[in-house]
Amino acid sequence: MAQEILNIQHLKRSFAMGGETVHALKDVSFSIQAGEFVTIMGSSGSGKTTMLNILGCLDNPTSGTYMLDGQDVGKLDRNQLARVRNSKIGFVFQSYNLLARTTALENVELPLFYNKKVNAAERKQRAIKALQAVKLDGRMDHLPNQLSGGQQQRVAIARALVGEPVMILADEATGNLDTRTSYEIMALMQDLNKEGKTIVFVTHEPDIAAFSSRTIMLRDGSVQKDLKNEKVRSARQALEELPPADSYSI
Amino acid sequence: MAILNLIKLAIKALQRNKLRAFLTMLGIIIGVAAVIAMMAIGQGSKESIRSSLSGMGSNMITIFPQSNLEGGVRMGGSSFQSLTMKDVNAIKKQATKIDGISPVVNASGQAVNGGQNWPTSIYGVSQDYLHIRQFSLKDGVNFTDKDILTSAKVCLLGQTVIDNLFAPGVDPVGKYIRFGKTPFQVIGILNPKGQSNFGQDQDDIILAPYTTVQNRITASTVYLNQIYVSAISEAASDSATNEITSILRANHHLTDQQEDDFNVRTQAELISTISATSSMLTVLLTSIAGISLFIGGIGIMNIMYVSVTERTKEIGLRMAIGARGSDILMQFLIEAIIISITGGLIGVGLGLLSSFLITKLAHWPVLISETSIMISFLVCGITGVFFGYYPAQKAARLDPIEALRYE
Repeated sequence: MAQEILNIQHLKRSFAMGGETVHALKDVSFSIQAGEFVTIMGSSGSGKTTMLNILGCLDNPTSGTYMLDGQDVGKLDRNQLARVRNSKIGFVFQSYNLLARTTALENVELPLFYNKKVNAAERKQRAIKALQAVKLDGRMDHLPNQLSGGQQQRVAIARALVGEPVMILADEATGNLDTRTSYEIMALMQDLNKEGKTIVFVTHEPDIAAFSSRTIMLRDGSVQKDLKNEKVRSARQALEELPPADSYSI
Repeated sequence: MAILNLIKLAIKALQRNKLRAFLTMLGIIIGVAAVIAMMAIGQGSKESIRSSLSGMGSNMITIFPQSNLEGGVRMGGSSFQSLTMKDVNAIKKQATKIDGISPVVNASGQAVNGGQNWPTSIYGVSQDYLHIRQFSLKDGVNFTDKDILTSAKVCLLGQTVIDNLFAPGVDPVGKYIRFGKTPFQVIGILNPKGQSNFGQDQDDIILAPYTTVQNRITASTVYLNQIYVSAISEAASDSATNEITSILRANHHLTDQQEDDFNVRTQAELISTISATSSMLTVLLTSIAGISLFIGGIGIMNIMYVSVTERTKEIGLRMAIGARGSDILMQFLIEAIIISITGGLIGVGLGLLSSFLITKLAHWPVLISETSIMISFLVCGITGVFFGYYPAQKAARLDPIEALRYE
């Protein structure tokens, strides 16, 4: 049996809002094995964002346990959580969140700056390797505004990979991209998954979920459905099926 | 995270907005440059006052006869005669902190040269007098031991006396003048010194051997009007004064109960008054400059606050990928310190340059002290930490979730 990357048991998260208590997550339990490609879906208000914040160790649950890579991270303080984020999680955001006026290479290097064990030479070497993995090693010195949206997201993915995390956590990572580029990003994600990376992809788009091996549906703070996807769609094939790119000039 | 990494990150962050970093520095640059230039001007004027004072003889010590109790009646100093050549010789022999001593006997009277005459004073002195009063000879020679021994009728003239007794273009050296009824041969001319700090014309003077003045003019061969002494340095003035006092007390056979029958004065008091005035000037100029440095610091705080707000999303991202609150705090703090230290460096350069230009163009005396450079540099560092801390803390306390969603 594959190694268990994360295990959530009876997770609850509530917020006090103007005297009322809002239960964003009510008793959620699931676990994810190494090498899985999981999408977490749900409409707005389903607790998806709260789930993402907790999975990303940005927030602590009100009750319940969250084991990440064998470590109980539910009760860590701010600084300990920061260390977990640095070493175990690779974030990919909807709006890329690259540092402006900073080269692709430096953007990718950034997480390693916060890792004491990595020296300058190793930092650069690992960043180059991560950029090679997303096939952007030819654009290391480009600034974000010199890259297309898809390329920027690939830099962001390289940045998520560089710390060699146990899990890549993507938040609507294709939300700002057109269909073709979204599929390109999903193809890259599938490639990374085939190489053994565990990916958790939070999205509200069903056709993105079709590329994953498992979908967890959230609704009103609870798991509504947790389905294995028997027929994983290939993003590369989907790309080929798309009508040819519009040929009219700008 | 290693401090070196933080410094690298801070430098990279500053490089992303060079113009803003420079504009932020500008306040510090101007502040530091102003502090250094102002302190240089203040110190320079202080030093120039000091040197003009020592031109007057700042290590000069004057000994006057002093009033003494006489049957309960206090007598005026000038009416009392207590100083003699014995005192001069005793001081010359025993005092270690002096490098010149001269008795002074003086008289007022009319100096005459042919049809010209001029009311002036004649000072009977020894050769050391020129050194003590910082006079120098423009022409001719000083009188000698032999002149003193023989009460030779020779004299040195100040410029004012020359101007009033001789027609322009006439060389007075070798000529004869009369003071009262006594003829004197002019053997030297003093370089003009101008007015003293009290408005006295220091060039309205005739110098002659004290024996000559005693024997030929005052007809009083025992007592002296004053004794002038020069201490080996300005700093030694006080210890020289103590030496002289104890020598004179022993010489005058004064018991412990008796007051001094003489009065020893140094120029130190005058100097301290005048340098206090110019110190005040320095303090004034420096505090004005200090205020501009303070405003520069507020400028840093302002920009750092704006920068924290503007970079909220960046802070959120850094936190998401593993930066701790302290890392963020240090990054912003180091940015502020780099701004202020760099600004300080440029400011020191600019301050030195402007001090140099002030001397070159305005001919103002300036004196650059290492202390002023060190102080303003230190203040810069403190400014950076002080004004950078609050914005940095604000950044460090951000909630990563909110910061990431900040638009």
